[in-house]
Amino acid sequence: MHWNSVGDFFAMGGYALYVWGSFGACLVLMVVEPLLARKRLTEVRDTLARERLADELDHQSGTS
Amino acid sequence: MGNHGGLEGGIGVKQSIIHWFKYASPQSFYPLAGRMIPWFWAAAAVFGIAGLWISFFVAPTDAQQGEGYRIIFVHVPASWMSMFIYLVMAFWAGLGLALNTRVSGMMAQALAPTGALMAALSLWTGAFWGKPMWGTWWVWDARLTSELILFFLYLGFMALQAAIDDPRRADKAGAILALVGVVNIPIIYFSVKWWNTLHQGSTINLNKAPSMAQTMLWGMLLMALGFWMYSIAVALTRVRAIILERERHTEWVKHALE
Repeated sequence: MHWNSVGDFFAMGGYALYVWGSFGACLVLMVVEPLLARKRLTEVRDTLARERLADELDHQSGTS
Repeated sequence: MGNHGGLEGGIGVKQSIIHWFKYASPQSFYPLAGRMIPWFWAAAAVFGIAGLWISFFVAPTDAQQGEGYRIIFVHVPASWMSMFIYLVMAFWAGLGLALNTRVSGMMAQALAPTGALMAALSLWTGAFWGKPMWGTWWVWDARLTSELILFFLYLGFMALQAAIDDPRRADKAGAILALVGVVNIPIIYFSVKWWNTLHQGSTINLNKAPSMAQTMLWGMLLMALGFWMYSIAVALTRVRAIILERERHTEWVKHALE
């Protein structure tokens, strides 16, 4: 371990902006992308579930 | 069910081919992808945590670049993945074009945004590394320019597919673009050899011992594995959404969501 303190770690030997700017961008994008993919999946599932319900209701009112 | 072989020889081979083609159908791939995703997330987390630990706490300070060199632990994995995902995307697109399998085109479409993200991260982290070391965020050098072209190829692929309503035609048009764009990958890879560039030569070379400390190498490889597993997990999530979007009017989708 070559960091003397937490502050020393975050300072990154004077390269804080560049190191954290790089790792930070990766972290942000790699959190956002899976959430968007997940959202797309839940949205299409919800739409299909609604369509199904609508079909069933149509079917019921048609036969009764 | 049961005996697919019939009377002709090579029953074993034939059955294994049938077995693989089974997963080429959307209705068997959809649940399979769903079962695989948590495992890829777990692998991504394990490799990512181990890689970050080495990146910040094990790998020594660089003699020339101080702590600034640590950007390598995200820059190189992002750059590798941006190229590798493109090849995988072009492979699926080409397979879809040749065999007309439905899932292939969907896989290609699911990979494009993740590839674009990796190319963007490669450019971004490269700029954040170039500024302190070269004194500039950007130069029109062969390596940087060809990576930028890769980013635009991904965006072009996505835009072209989005512009065509019929998914099968969108797949075909996208496949041609993706396959033509493959020529850019060796250009990126060998750019530092073919041209005199500001970008440093490759850190890892298959023919000779790596020009870096062992711990740095391990950190980079673990991070690359983490990025790889991440990419698979996200692409599988996205392909599941694409499968449902495209197959919404089929019977199996109705039953799958019960």
